[in-house]
Order: sequence, then C-alpha cells, then structure tokens
Amino acid sequence: MSVSEKATFRSSGGVRGWFGRQPVWVRGVVVAVALVLAFLLPYAGDIPLLGPQIVTEGIDWPSALFNMSYYVLLALGLNVVVGYAGLLDLGYVGFFAVGAYGTALLTSPDSVLYADTGWKWLMAVPVALALTMVAGLILGWPTLRLRGDYLAIVTLGFAEIIRIFATSTTTLRGDRGFASIPHPPGEWGGKPIFGVTDAVPYFWLGLVVIILVILGVRNLDRSRVGRSWLAIREDEEAAEIMGVRTIKYKLWAFAIGAFIGGLGGVLFAGEQGFINSQTFVLQFSILVLAGVVMGGSGNMAGAILGGALISYIPDRLRGISLGDTDLYEYRFALFGAVIIIIMVLRPQGLIPSRRRAMELKDREKEVAPQ
Amino acid sequence: MDFSGLINDFGPLTVSGLAQGAIIALFALGYTLVYGVLRLINFAHSEVFLMGTYACLFVWGLFGLDQNSAAPSVGLMLLYLVIGLVGAIIASGATALAVELVAYRPLRRRNAPPLAFLITAIGASLFISELTGVLTHRNQKGVPPVIQAKPLFTIGDTTVTNLQLLIIVLALVMMFLLDRFINGSRLGRGIRAVAQNPDSAALMGVNKSRVIGLVFLLGGLMAGVAAVMYNLKIGVTRYDAGFLLGIDAFAAAVLGGIGNLRGALLGGLLLGVLQAYAAGLFGSQWLHAASFVLLVVILLFRPTGLLGESLGRARA
Repeated sequence: MSVSEKATFRSSGGVRGWFGRQPVWVRGVVVAVALVLAFLLPYAGDIPLLGPQIVTEGIDWPSALFNMSYYVLLALGLNVVVGYAGLLDLGYVGFFAVGAYGTALLTSPDSVLYADTGWKWLMAVPVALALTMVAGLILGWPTLRLRGDYLAIVTLGFAEIIRIFATSTTTLRGDRGFASIPHPPGEWGGKPIFGVTDAVPYFWLGLVVIILVILGVRNLDRSRVGRSWLAIREDEEAAEIMGVRTIKYKLWAFAIGAFIGGLGGVLFAGEQGFINSQTFVLQFSILVLAGVVMGGSGNMAGAILGGALISYIPDRLRGISLGDTDLYEYRFALFGAVIIIIMVLRPQGLIPSRRRAMELKDREKEVAPQ
Repeated sequence: MDFSGLINDFGPLTVSGLAQGAIIALFALGYTLVYGVLRLINFAHSEVFLMGTYACLFVWGLFGLDQNSAAPSVGLMLLYLVIGLVGAIIASGATALAVELVAYRPLRRRNAPPLAFLITAIGASLFISELTGVLTHRNQKGVPPVIQAKPLFTIGDTTVTNLQLLIIVLALVMMFLLDRFINGSRLGRGIRAVAQNPDSAALMGVNKSRVIGLVFLLGGLMAGVAAVMYNLKIGVTRYDAGFLLGIDAFAAAVLGGIGNLRGALLGGLLLGVLQAYAAGLFGSQWLHAASFVLLVVILLFRPTGLLGESLGRARA
C-alpha cells in the first residue's frame, strides 16, 4: 500500500509533489530554511512594507506568536484524536486545563500543596503531563464503547465537569485562581531568560516543543500505531476483524492527544504565571476543533495552519477600528463567518490529508444528481 | 450533601425540574430531528433557540412591554402569549432555515465529510451568538412579567404554579402534535423515509432537499416555543443563553436516544428532574456535573440511549 501511495504522491502536482521528487539533500535544505524562518518570526515586523501588515497591533507580536504556538500544540494533539483515530472529541480543553492546573497545584504559593511541594516549573512538568495522560485514560476507558456523536457529548461533558470542579471546589480556587506560577528556568548573562516582559523566548520554547511533537507524532503515524488508527477511523468493525486491537489503540490516541494538550497547558501556565477557571471555557475546545478541521483533519501541516489561524485572526483584528467600531469586538462573529466560507469553499480543509483527498474524490463520484 | 433538603423539597424540586425538563425536551427535538434525517449534530440549533428568545422580547417590546410594566389582565396575557409565541416561532424557524441554506446545503451538494458540516454549524453558531453579544453589549435583557407565577393548586405540600403547569402542558401538546405529524401525515412519511434510507427515498420520488428543509423548520418551531417558555420561566435572556441550555438539550437528546422523538421527551424530562435533585443535593453549581456523570453511566449500559435511535425505524 505504502509503495503505490508514494508513487501517486510523487507524481502529483503542486508543492508537495515537487517536494516529494527532490533528493534528500534538497529536502533537508528546505526544511532547515523553513525552521530558521520559523525561529525568526518574532522579527517579522522588520520586513519592509510587508512586515507591518503581518504583525498584530493591539497585542505585542511575540505574545501573539506565543498564543499561536500553544494553539498549534493543541491543534496537533487534537489532530491525533480526531484526524488520525477519528474520535470526535469536543472537550479537548479539559486536558489543557489538567496540564495547567497540575502545574499550578505543584508550584503556585496559592496551592494547598505548596508547603509540601512548591516545586520549580521544570519539576512540575513531568508530573503534570503524567496527570493529563491519566486523565486521558480515565476519559477514554468508559467511553470506548461509544461511537461518533455519543462520544462527542461525553467528551463535552468531561470538559464541563473539569471546569465545574475548577470553579466550585476550594482546592482549585475558582475565579481567584493561582498566581505566581514560576516561569521556566534558565539564565543568560545574569538575567533570567524567561522573564515577564519579553515573550520571544516563550515562543521559541513553544516552537521547540512543537517540533518535537511533530517528529514524535510523525513517527507514530508511520508505525503500527498509526496504521491501526487509520484502520479504526475508516471502519472500526473491519479493523477489529482484521486483528487490530481497537480498544488499545483508541486508548493510545486519547492518552497521546491528552499528553500534547497537557503540554500546551503546562507552557501556558509557565508563561502567564496566573490561571483561573475563566481560562478554560468550552468555546475554547470548539475553536481548536474548528482549527483542525479547517486546516485539514488528519494532516499535520493542516492542523498547524489551522491552529495558527484560529489564534492569529482574532489577535490580528485586535486594535483595528473601522469608523468608530472596534473590530476586536466583532472578532468571533467575523471568525464564525470566515469558518463557514472556508469550509464551503474547501470542505476537505485548507491543506487536506492526501488520503482524505482521494477518499473525497471517490465520494464526489457517488453524488446523486439533486 | 444535603439529604434532608432533598427529602423536604422533593415535591417542589420535582415540579420545577419537570418544567425545566419540558423546555429542554422541546429544545432537544431540534437536535433529534436533524440527527434522525442527516446523522449530523446541528451545532447551530442553540442559536435557533436564542433568536427565539430575543424575537419574543422584541415583539413584546413593540406592544410597549418591558421588564417594569405591570402584569396584564388574563385576556391580554393570553394575547401576549400567543403573539410572543408567533414571533419566536417565526424567528426561530427562519434562523433554522437560514442555517440550513448557508451552512448545510452548499456542503451537501459537494458531498463533504461529516466533520465539515459540524464545523460550518459551529461557525454559524459563533457568528449568531457573538453578533448578538456585541449588539446587546453582552448585557442580559429582562423579560416583561407577562405571566406572573401564582400558586394554582397544592398536592400534599407541593405547590404547582400556573406557569409551571402551562409550560408542561404546552410542551406535551407540542410533542403530541409533532408526533402525529411525523407518524401520521404524508410529509411526515417523507421525513421517515429519508431518515431510513435517503437514496431509496429519493428514488421513490421524495424530494430530499425539501424534506431536509422541513426538518430544520420543525426543529426551529419547537425551539421557538421552548424559547418563549424559557423567557417566562427564567425571566432574563443573554447572548449565551442558547449555548448553555443547548448543552443540556443535546445531552437530553442523547440520553433518550438521538434521532428518537419520544426519547427526546423522556430524556428532557428526566434530565430536568435529575438536575433539580442534584441542585438540591449538592448545590446548584454541581447541577451540570451531576447530569453528565449520569449520562456517562447510562450510555455505558445503553450505548444508544434509553429508547434507542429510531426516527427512521419508527413504527410503520
């Protein structure tokens, strides 16, 4: 299967077809250049003419970039659950919240555990991530029997329950939240790298994490695990009959998705230094899902683009006014309209997964004339 | 945990839960109808409801009613009620049809994957609720006291108000009418046929597009009625009212078996009552958590809801 697929991929036109035909060293150079450009993004404002059009006005550009980086992380994680394994998860923000709250509980002076723990940020990270993976398993285990839309409502409920816990229990402090969560460690020339004013190091940290996640997920996708996810997504019964252990791999999808979402939460808590229950509203996970599908569900490049867009569009609209109305007020309304337009014009997403695109071509032949 | 509170207030909690559940049930019908025919969650249905609540207030506003006006006499009260219902039904029905035309029909033509429909519906939902939020400055809007809740009769130590009775009866009547329409009329047979097998139905001469439009419209009508009752019961509306109640309604539809009309009624009433008990037992902030835990437990044992999915397989 993989051989013939590679052949069609290479012979296809477009940028990806060209990329696939190049020798290894050309591909290496292209990737390296792309990476360098990504790391230089905070200075995009210095490009003559084009720069000022790109950077955000109402929020400083590195902060906007950091926001984009954790949205992209969330989109990558959700892409594993929705795009690869085909499990519709409407409550993904729950894992983001578990990661952030795990960090806060272990590090913030406001936490009840502070006397016993009061850890540095880096020490809290593995524990918080383990916690989110457990949360993923806890959500995954009872919901394995459910399919499609039933799963959607249960995951939605899971996120709601986490939010309600965060709002209503004294341990998690509700609106008051946790303050003084420590920043990531590191010093440069006597000053801490991760300070309060400059968001550039946070963006770079986010970028490094994103790259590691991409490498990890790409390898998973090409392994037995990835093939099992694909089989489950396409036809669960058939996969089961062919000997794919569906329960095991669905649990894996949940746990890995949760892990990546938790990473986003941990980074978020480390940058903000403060979280409360207002941060983790349900609309958030719906936004991320919209990003994944808009970018192209099942394709990492698509998920990255979608995740970046859902953060960039509203931030870009900040501080722009037409007449005397501030467009920032209308950002989500405009965003809703943009989502509809993109999906109507490109139902397969902006950068569709190759396999998905082929499926869609097949489906289009099946359309009965209306 | 407040067991004595729950036991002391058992009657009143049940009645107010039933009233809330009736609203949820009518709201849930929209999800169930669309799901039964298209196998898709209509995420924008919460905004169909939202438009109903605002249209009802708008129409009452035209008659000079605001939240400080005096309670009207019985005759006027009925008139206002009917007018409010008509206004809300028109607005909700129109919104539902607009959502179908903008977010669903273009994708259906291109035979898009199911997730794409979900996202356009989310887009429509965001657009409507956020636009409402901006235009109302995210303030809540009070409802004029068209119907004052007065105790009507008492069973044991449970007092039933006229408003609660009206809500429950109206919801049951609407449910009955819808059930007759789907199961008894020619158009309803078309809906069931498309739900069962869209292609065969099309071959048998059922106009699929029209049936789908009709299904959205019916869901909108029910949401319109639910919106008026919500206004009367809660007394305020806000740009996110639809979203919050929509989650309950969707949960109710799933609880009863999504795609199943009677399941929506059962799920709605059950969820309303259980939320009332949970509020009495744990405090009102835990109401949603309790209902979701229950939903998960029920789905564990009956993965397709209490009554199963069956708009298409409805009794012949």
